[in-house]
Amino acid sequence: MRLAQHMAVASAQVRADCIEATEFPDLSRQYAVMAVPKIVINDRVQFEGALPERQFLDAVLRAVNGGGVSA
Amino acid sequence: MPILTDRDIEAVRKEFAKLANPVTLTVFSQELGSESCLHTERLVKEVAECSDKVSVNVLNLLLDRQQAEAYGVDRVPAIVVEGARDYGIRFFGLPSGYEFTNLIDAIIVASTGEPALSAETKDVLAGLGKPVHIRVFTTPT
Repeated sequence: MRLAQHMAVASAQVRADCIEATEFPDLSRQYAVMAVPKIVINDRVQFEGALPERQFLDAVLRAVNGGGVSA
Repeated sequence: MPILTDRDIEAVRKEFAKLANPVTLTVFSQELGSESCLHTERLVKEVAECSDKVSVNVLNLLLDRQQAEAYGVDRVPAIVVEGARDYGIRFFGLPSGYEFTNLIDAIIVASTGEPALSAETKDVLAGLGKPVHIRVFTTPT
């Protein structure tokens, strides 16, 4: 969550939600959360586990510009 | 009974020495809310007591529907972390364990307005032309 919230402060375009998966099973099912942390960006790019800043940014750009479903 | 221990409070106060500008934590709850809503509300109030730069606003998801919509909040408990502007930082569910650390970090970065990111990352983010919605799923560990 740390990178996501810092990115939200860096850009007015970015929103960062931290979701407690066990409290919201509907969302966890919708986003097929099997392990945490799971990150989903614009419903397009998703990955599990922490990524270094550069790779996280690449995932954001893929979500914005189109591209694959996993980082 | 308080949620934060004396040790927690001491640690939070130490971190909050970094606060620069006021931060508002808006908690969305429900009148007949779950245990989690009550806990979240209490936790946020205890955190806010650690600094006079942090204030709390408690709203009701059903009664304060307009604000909920404006903040993009559709479930409870939810916490909106706002600094000089609404940076788009939301916590859904009780932020315990590691997420509590992230909540404290979110308050600090919303207060300073200075993200701890490389200059390159900041440049790229400044050029974003479309909205980016990042959802981070966690568990209370």
